[in-house]
Amino acid sequence: MKSVAFEYVKASGLEDAAVALQQDGAKVVAGCQSLGPMLNLRLARPSLLIDITGIGELTKIEERRDTVTLGACITHAAIEDGAVPDPTNGALPAVAANIAYRAIRNRGTIGGSLAHADPAADWPTALMALGAEAEIVGTKETRHVPVEDLVLGAFQTGLADDEILTSVSIPRVSKSARFGFQKFCRKVGEFAEAMCAVLDDPERGFTRIVVATDSKPVILDGADLMIREPETIGDRVAISGLGGDAYVTQLRRAVIRRAIAGMQPLGR
Amino acid sequence: MGANLTDSKGVGASLRRKEDARLLAGKGRFVGDIRFPGQLEVAFVRSPMAHALLTRVDVPEDLRSRVFTMDTMSGVKAILAKSGLEGFKVSEQPPLAKDKVRFVGEPIAMCFAETRAEAEDIAECVQVELEDLGANSDMLKAVQPGAPLIHPEWTDNIFLETFIDGDIEAIAKKAVIKVTREIDTSRQCMTPIEGKGTVAIWDRHVEQLVLYTSTQMPHIVRAGLSECLSLDQRKIRVIAPDIGGGFGWKGLLQAEEVCLAWLAMHLDRPVRWLEDRREHLVAAANCREHHYDITGYADAKGKLLAIDATAHVDAGAYSIYPFSACLEAAQVGSILPGPYDLEAFRCRTFSVCTNKPPIVPYRGVARTAVCFAIELIIDAIAREAGLDPVDVRLCSLVKPEQMPFKNITGKDFDMGDYPESLRRAAAAIDLKGVRARQAAGDRANGRRIGIGFATYTEQGAHGTSVYHGWGIPMVPGFEQAGVRLTPDGTLEVRVGNQSHGQGMETTLAQVANEMLGIDPDLVNVIHGDTALTPYSTGTWGSRGAVMVGGAVANACSKLAERICQIGAHLLQVDAAQIELRDAAVFSGESFATFADIAHTFYRAPQDLPPDVNPDGLEVVSGYRPKVDTGTFSYASHAALIAVDEEIGHIELLDYVIVEDGGTLINPMVVDGQIYGGAAQGIGTALYEEMWFDKSGQPRATTLADYLLPAAPDIPNIRIEHMETPSPNTFFGQKGIGEGGAIAPPAAITNAINDALADLDVELTVSPVTPRRVVEAIAHARGTEG
Repeated sequence: MKSVAFEYVKASGLEDAAVALQQDGAKVVAGCQSLGPMLNLRLARPSLLIDITGIGELTKIEERRDTVTLGACITHAAIEDGAVPDPTNGALPAVAANIAYRAIRNRGTIGGSLAHADPAADWPTALMALGAEAEIVGTKETRHVPVEDLVLGAFQTGLADDEILTSVSIPRVSKSARFGFQKFCRKVGEFAEAMCAVLDDPERGFTRIVVATDSKPVILDGADLMIREPETIGDRVAISGLGGDAYVTQLRRAVIRRAIAGMQPLGR
Repeated sequence: MGANLTDSKGVGASLRRKEDARLLAGKGRFVGDIRFPGQLEVAFVRSPMAHALLTRVDVPEDLRSRVFTMDTMSGVKAILAKSGLEGFKVSEQPPLAKDKVRFVGEPIAMCFAETRAEAEDIAECVQVELEDLGANSDMLKAVQPGAPLIHPEWTDNIFLETFIDGDIEAIAKKAVIKVTREIDTSRQCMTPIEGKGTVAIWDRHVEQLVLYTSTQMPHIVRAGLSECLSLDQRKIRVIAPDIGGGFGWKGLLQAEEVCLAWLAMHLDRPVRWLEDRREHLVAAANCREHHYDITGYADAKGKLLAIDATAHVDAGAYSIYPFSACLEAAQVGSILPGPYDLEAFRCRTFSVCTNKPPIVPYRGVARTAVCFAIELIIDAIAREAGLDPVDVRLCSLVKPEQMPFKNITGKDFDMGDYPESLRRAAAAIDLKGVRARQAAGDRANGRRIGIGFATYTEQGAHGTSVYHGWGIPMVPGFEQAGVRLTPDGTLEVRVGNQSHGQGMETTLAQVANEMLGIDPDLVNVIHGDTALTPYSTGTWGSRGAVMVGGAVANACSKLAERICQIGAHLLQVDAAQIELRDAAVFSGESFATFADIAHTFYRAPQDLPPDVNPDGLEVVSGYRPKVDTGTFSYASHAALIAVDEEIGHIELLDYVIVEDGGTLINPMVVDGQIYGGAAQGIGTALYEEMWFDKSGQPRATTLADYLLPAAPDIPNIRIEHMETPSPNTFFGQKGIGEGGAIAPPAAITNAINDALADLDVELTVSPVTPRRVVEAIAHARGTEG
C-alpha cells in the first residue's frame, strides 16, 4: 500500500517546527520507523509531516552532575555504540542494542520511541525504570515531565497538539546500582510479548520495577520486597492489576523474576 | 558441502551458480523493474467481508472511466479449475467478484491511475454494498448441515470427498497398540521475498498480448488466459523474468493476471500491478491447513501395521487453476502411509470449501502436513509401547532389500535405504548421548532437552500417469528442451519451465557440460518465456532436475550426433571414428572444435558436402522417465531442542538432515535447496500461522503479526548425503526441491513432545507457539486459567 498524499517539510529550527505544527493534521516525524509503516497502511493520514531530524538542538547532549540529557533525535544506534555519554554505566546501551534490528536502530530515535508510546517498545519501560524525564517544548511553555507521566496508554501521551518532545534527561546511577532488563520476543527483533526493567540503586534511594503491559508500563509497588524476596513476585503481580490471561500473566511473572535475578552491577 | 575439488564441471560438480553474479549484485530484472513508456498502475478494491452478497458497487461519476467491475470488464470469463475425480464440485471464480464475495480480500473492482498511490486513492472512493451471509471460517463447521452455502448451486461446502478402503478391522484384532490423535497444521501464507507482480502490454508489432508476470509456469498461465479471455494462444506471450521465490504461489493462474491482461488490451496501454505485502498476507498464497483424525495400529515391537484416518483440508473459496481444490487432499489419500510398509490403510478425505483465500500447493504440498500427522503417530506409538521412536521407525520403514517397492497405495519407491538414513541421522545428532543426558536429568540452562525425528519420502517429477487420473487442467507429458549451437560454437539451451531460485541456469549448463563437454560459462539457459521455449507445465513438484535435466540431456545427445557428422567431414574420417569431448570432436590427434564446426555450418556452408544434414545444429528433444509415477527421494531429519517451560520458548540446539536425492547434479545447489526448505519448515513448526476469526477476518495481516523465521532463528543445519541413483531417470537424479520443508514440523514437534514427555504433554498442532506450549503444560498440570 502507498500512503495518502501529504505535505512534507524539513524544519530547520524548533520554532519553525512549532509553527508548522499549528496546521491541522500536522505530525512530527523523526526516524520514521513506526510512523512509516502506519503511513503506508493508511492507518496514519497526516496532511503535513514535519521532519525534525535537521534541527541541531535535537541531537545535543548536556552533561550535568546528576543527569545526562540526550536530544530527542539521537538514534538507538548512537546509544548502542556508546557514541553518546551514558549516565547508566551500561544500562542504556544494553537496552538500545536489543531494540528490533540494526537497520531500525540506525534511524529510530529515543524521543520518537517515547512520543509514539507503543506499549511493546523498549524505551518507555526502560526509561521509566531509570527515572528519566522528558523535556517538552510547546508554543506557550517548556515543561519537564517524568516518563511515567508522559506515557498515558497505548500510543497515547500527554503531548499537546502544539508540543514537541525535545530531549530526555536520565539520572546518573550510583556505583553500587544494579540493573536488570528482560524481554521475551518470539524471535529476534520482534516486538516483545513481555518486558520488565529493574533498577536497584539503594545509594540514591531509588529502586524501581517496571513492567510493560498492553497499555502504559506499570511501576510495581513493593519493589524492594520483591528484590529481597523473589518468591513474593507472584502475589505482587496478582495485586498490581497487570491484566492478561493465564499465559500472559505467566510471561509477565517470568520476565519480572528473570529481570530481578539477572540484575547486573552497573559499576565502572 | 563445499566446492568439488576436481576439475569436473558436469554432473556432480558443486559449481558456483552462474545466475548469482547478477542476482547478488542487485542486477536481476524482476517484474517490479520493468517499465514501459505510458505505463499505468493498478490497485484493486477488495472485499472487507468473508461471505456476503455483493448488492452494489458505487463508483463516483468522475472516476468511472478508471474503475472496472466484472460487469464492465466485458468478455472475461470465470476461472474454471475442474477435476475429473468423481463427485468433484466445480467452483466458478470470476476474476472480479460478481453478485457475491467469498473471502476477505477477494478483488471486486480494478482501478488504474498514473501512480499506485493515486490508484489506491481511487479504490478508496469506490463504495461497496454487502449483505452478510455468515462466514465459514472453520472447515469442521463448514461441512456440517446448515452451514451457509458458499456456492449456492452446491448441496454442501465440500469440493470433493474421497475414500480409500482397507481392512482395518483385521489389523485391529491383532494390533497390541492403538493410538488415536487429532492433529492439525495451521493455515500459512507462503511469503516469498518477491510478491506477485504483473505487467501487461499489447505488442502491436507482433499482435500479441505480452504478460510479464512472476510465475513458475508461463505456458500454463498462457493457456489459462486464453480460456478466460477467449483469445488464441498464438496471440499471447507470457514471460517470467527474474522471480524472487515462488514456493507454489506463482504456480497458478491468478485472477489479477486475467484482469491486467484484459485492461492492457482494453486501454491499449501498458499496465502494472504489484502485489504488496498486505495483499499477499490478506488475500493470497494460503496453504497447509489440514485436520486429521488419525489412528495408528502397531504390534508389541512398535511396528506400524495400519493407519486409519479422516483428513479435512481447508481448500478455501475457489478451486485454483491448474491444480484444483483437491490436489492436497488427493495427496493425503495417496501418501499418508509415508515411507512405511503397512498392512492396511484406510483414509477418507474432504476438500472443504470455506470463506478463506483458495489454498495453493506450497513447497511440499500435502507432504508437510502428512509427515506431521504420521510422524507424530509414530512417536505416540513409541510412548505407548515404551520404546525409543527411532526403534519404532526402524522396524516400520520399508527395508532396502524390499526395493524397488510398491507401497500400499501403489507408489513405486525407486531404491534407497530408508532405515540407514535414520540410523545416520541418529548417530549424527548423538541420540545415545542425548538419552544419557536426559536420564541424568541434565538441563540446558535449566531447560528440558528433547530429541525428535521424522523420515519421509518425497515423490517428485510425477508425470502423466499420476496427473491424468485427477483430470485437472494440466497433465505433464514429455518435457522438451531446445539446444542450439550458435555460430561461434557456444550453446543456447531453451527450456519451458522457469528458474525462481533453483539455480537451473547453472545445473542445466552442467548437464550440457556432461553431455557435450562444453564449459558451463559458454552455455546460456533461456527459460520462462512462451515465445522462446518449448511447452512445459513449469517448475513445480520437484520436477526440474529430473524432467528438464533429462530433456536437456536428450537434446544435447541428439545435437552431439549432428556435431559429430559435420566434425567427421571436417576431419575427413568416418563419424563412427569420432570421439566427442571438451567441446570438440577428436580423431586421434586431429580435432575440430565446436567453434570450427559451427562456423563451417553457419558461415562457410560451401565447405560442407551437399548431403549434409539440413536440420543443422539446433535440436528440440523430449524426455520422460522410464517410470513416470515419480522419483522418491527421502530423508531423515533429527532435531535437538530445549524448551523453556515457563515461557514456552523453543530453542533449536542442533538439526541434522540425512538426505538421498539420488545422483546430485550440483551438491551445493541441492544443499541450498535443503537449507531453504528447512528454514521454511522451521517456520511451519514454530512461527507461521494465518489465523481467521469467526467472521472470517484474517488476523495476521502484517509481518509484525505473521512471524517468519529469520537468520537468527535458523540453527546451523548439518546435511549428510546418501546417493542411491534412481534406476528410472537420466543420471539417476531424484527431485529434492521441496524436501527440506517437509519434515521440520514433525521432527521439531516430536522433539518438544520428547522433552515434555515426563509432564504428560503432547502437542499436536503446528506451529508450536510459546502460548501452545505453556497452555499444554498448564492443561497437563491441571492449572489452567
